[in-house]
Amino acid sequence: MTDMLTPAEPVKLTRKDFVSEQEVRWCPGCGDYSILAQTQKVMPDFGVPKENIVFISGIGCSGRLPYYMNTYGFHSIHGRAPTLATGLKTARPDLMVWVITGDGDALSIGGNHFLHSMRRNVDFTMIMHNNRIYGLTKGQTSPTSEFGKRTKSTPMGSVDRPVMPLTLALAAEATFVARTVDTHTEHMQHTLEAAGRHRGASYIEVLQNCNIFNDGAWREFTERDVRDDRMLVLEHGKPLIFGKDRDKGIRLNGLHPEVVTIGEDGVTEADLMVHDQYAEDPYAALILSRMFWPEYPVPVGILRQVDRPTHSDLVDEQIAQAIAKSGPGDLAKALLAGETWTVE
Amino acid sequence: MTTTVQGPERDSLELDRVTIRFAGDSGDGMQLTGTQFTRTAAVFGNDISTFPDYPAEIRAPAGSLPGVSGFQISFSASDIHTPGDAPDVLVAMNPAALKTNVVDLPPGGALIVNSDAFTKGNLSKAAYTSNPLEDGSLKQYKVFQIPISTLNAAALEGLDMTSKQVDLTKNFFALGLMFWLYERSMEPTLKWIDQKFGARPILAEANRRALHAGYAFGDTTEMFHETYSVPKAKLPPGTYRNITGNEATALGFLAAAHAAKRPLFYGSYPITPASDILHQLSAYKSFGVKTFQAEDEIAAIGATIGAAYGGSLALTGTSGPGVALKTEAMGLAVMTELPIVIVNVQRAGPSTGLPTKVEQADLFQAIFGRNGEAPMPVVAPATPAECFTFAVEASRLALKYMTPVMYLSDAFVGNGAEPWRVPSVDELPDISVPNAVKGEGTFLPYGRDPETLSRPWAVPGTPGLEHRIGGLEKLHGLGTVSYDADNHHRMTVLRRDKVAGIARDIPDLEVFGPEQGELLILGWGSTYGAIRSAVERLQAEGKSVAQAHLRYLFPFPENTGDVLRSYKTVLVPELNLGQLWFVIRGTYLVDALSYGRVRGKPFRISEIVDEANRILAERS
Repeated sequence: MTDMLTPAEPVKLTRKDFVSEQEVRWCPGCGDYSILAQTQKVMPDFGVPKENIVFISGIGCSGRLPYYMNTYGFHSIHGRAPTLATGLKTARPDLMVWVITGDGDALSIGGNHFLHSMRRNVDFTMIMHNNRIYGLTKGQTSPTSEFGKRTKSTPMGSVDRPVMPLTLALAAEATFVARTVDTHTEHMQHTLEAAGRHRGASYIEVLQNCNIFNDGAWREFTERDVRDDRMLVLEHGKPLIFGKDRDKGIRLNGLHPEVVTIGEDGVTEADLMVHDQYAEDPYAALILSRMFWPEYPVPVGILRQVDRPTHSDLVDEQIAQAIAKSGPGDLAKALLAGETWTVE
Repeated sequence: MTTTVQGPERDSLELDRVTIRFAGDSGDGMQLTGTQFTRTAAVFGNDISTFPDYPAEIRAPAGSLPGVSGFQISFSASDIHTPGDAPDVLVAMNPAALKTNVVDLPPGGALIVNSDAFTKGNLSKAAYTSNPLEDGSLKQYKVFQIPISTLNAAALEGLDMTSKQVDLTKNFFALGLMFWLYERSMEPTLKWIDQKFGARPILAEANRRALHAGYAFGDTTEMFHETYSVPKAKLPPGTYRNITGNEATALGFLAAAHAAKRPLFYGSYPITPASDILHQLSAYKSFGVKTFQAEDEIAAIGATIGAAYGGSLALTGTSGPGVALKTEAMGLAVMTELPIVIVNVQRAGPSTGLPTKVEQADLFQAIFGRNGEAPMPVVAPATPAECFTFAVEASRLALKYMTPVMYLSDAFVGNGAEPWRVPSVDELPDISVPNAVKGEGTFLPYGRDPETLSRPWAVPGTPGLEHRIGGLEKLHGLGTVSYDADNHHRMTVLRRDKVAGIARDIPDLEVFGPEQGELLILGWGSTYGAIRSAVERLQAEGKSVAQAHLRYLFPFPENTGDVLRSYKTVLVPELNLGQLWFVIRGTYLVDALSYGRVRGKPFRISEIVDEANRILAERS
């Protein structure tokens, strides 16, 4: 999105320019601190003046993030941030818009808007803080909570199956779909940068810890000592290899991905799936989006990135077409449209 | 007054006013027939008022009672305010249309029926046990039995069309006959046929033939002994067009954007009877108008708030059930003090209710329907033409006071049509307001204009004004989040006072009739015409009766209390069970009386006259 928004002479800002005066009020140790810090850190890289940047959030712990960004910000209502962002971006394509949301906000109460803002390819970046729990309401099950999870509202275990956010985003025709982790700061910065530069609806799932109500939400595969073996870092054009010893890979067996060991049973690198984040068809990305621990290593990185006209491109193009066809609208003519008669 | 017309020798009678109702199956094209007659009468220079009445089902089973669609038009040589209590002429295209409409035809009224449609099957679908055309049950009317389907089919013979296609044009035969009977030119409709079917010559020819055949039938048959003329009405000078309330609403907001010098954004989700506004605004792309058909009502208002935040004149339009869904977001607009207009074309409720029928039962919802203390100005146009004026006015209030505004129209005023004196562009008021720019010192997003109490509109893209807003309570001035008890009280009072102050910026409530007296009939919205006509009738009978009609429902005009206290009795007729009545009593401690009717139909003039007379008799 930066081509349109960057002035001829990109403005030189630093991380500090994006830090607001507001005291940050998340629980100490919350994964949101890292998401805020990485966001502030990458923001100067876009070269966009801060008055042209807007952060819009819904309700939940994530909803507070816009208060801490020294840009324009709008803390809206539960689940509706994508709707405000859609209206703002339609009216003002010149702005760079970020949507900050959580698993409950985006996938539960705002599920409909998630679907439709993605399929419209509205040019904004949605950062979804996914901690698999309702934090601000003090610990109820969320749409990404594990099946059978015991929470205050599900004392005998949740009977709802979790959704796969990346699969949903792909099905909703998002043109940029990625996953990163709160504690993997460099990876998050790269992901935020790529999403911010993408023109169209960008969706990032950030696996985030809630140390109060769901501590260790993703610990099983994100901890330093296990993550190499349990996560798969996606890189465009590279085979799907993971493991501390870089000896494991993903091979496609029919429609099913399978974990294989390079060098065993005659498996070589050439047998592995190769990641193509720009593939026009979504099939490989959909397969990656379904892979999860413990059956598979958890993929992080950009699953899919394709070029499509954005919502505001198309809206503005129709306006330009209408004007090219019949000239700019003439109010006096519109008032007199149809049959008229004169009374003397 | 007689003149000679062609064909058999006939008289031409001059009438002051005629009311015709076209009724048929919802597939019979009755809405189109009515609209064509309306345009013709309007272009001729009559005053007109219309009442389209159609079922919620697009195509209920053919010939069935629920499938009946009607269109009533009253056209006149003098000023009229309603589409008429009862038709003078009923055109019934089938037994079901006869059954559901004949009850409204007064004795002696003219009844034109398509006798071809009175088959055994259609009679039984309409629950007739015997044929009303034969059993004498219609003897109190002047019945004209015309085999419209047969005559029309004969006129279209030789055209390459199926019999079903041929039958679909029979409404134009009926229209042609009515044009002849009321001495109207066919030209406007012929022109319309050319425009509509230009690319399909057979259909154009079929409709032309049907129209001519109906006209010629009237001329040659000896069934009718006279034709009727209704002279032009004496309207104030100007250029006129025929307009429905929904058309005037869309056009009004287009004009408002021009007057505000801002782009127009309209977020909406399709809903009867408001969808026409979305359709019309979507056709104004060359004006730069951006319409957004959202995924739901909530997204529609969310996007509208987003566009307003970005500096557009932003609106969302819906009907009552949609307003219910938008409630939380309206509260957000109150809290963030952003200017949006919420258009509610009311329909009968609760819940899905009667989707195509009129009611005024969303007044409580408009004034009170939000959590917390969330004051919002409410305006309501009284006539189709006023929809234009109040679209501009609602926009003016929203922008000047930085507040969401509720614009309450309804199915009757939205779908009804009347002649509208087209204003020139220079007549529009300047309603523009500036965006905030960086000044000296700290920027105060919730600093207030001392006069209006409105806050600055600091749109993204303005250097130096970066700030954060949202649904949480704001610190006075600085606008940061504040949980302080005294601040919350202060801000709540400020929001109340800001909206209350609008009373100083709107016209006084006007009275039609004596300034003091026995009875004041107080109304709001689309009941204006019926109340006005009733009051005229009562005044002609020498009664001490006045009318006052509220266009501003929150806040009320400053003189409202004085007006109410100038009459011995105040009667409040409404298409609800007493909502304005309740608010008036609560606000002014006036012992007003309620007259509520919720039949999905506008008031009849006679209902209000009768109720007023009953009260006058009781209290004198």
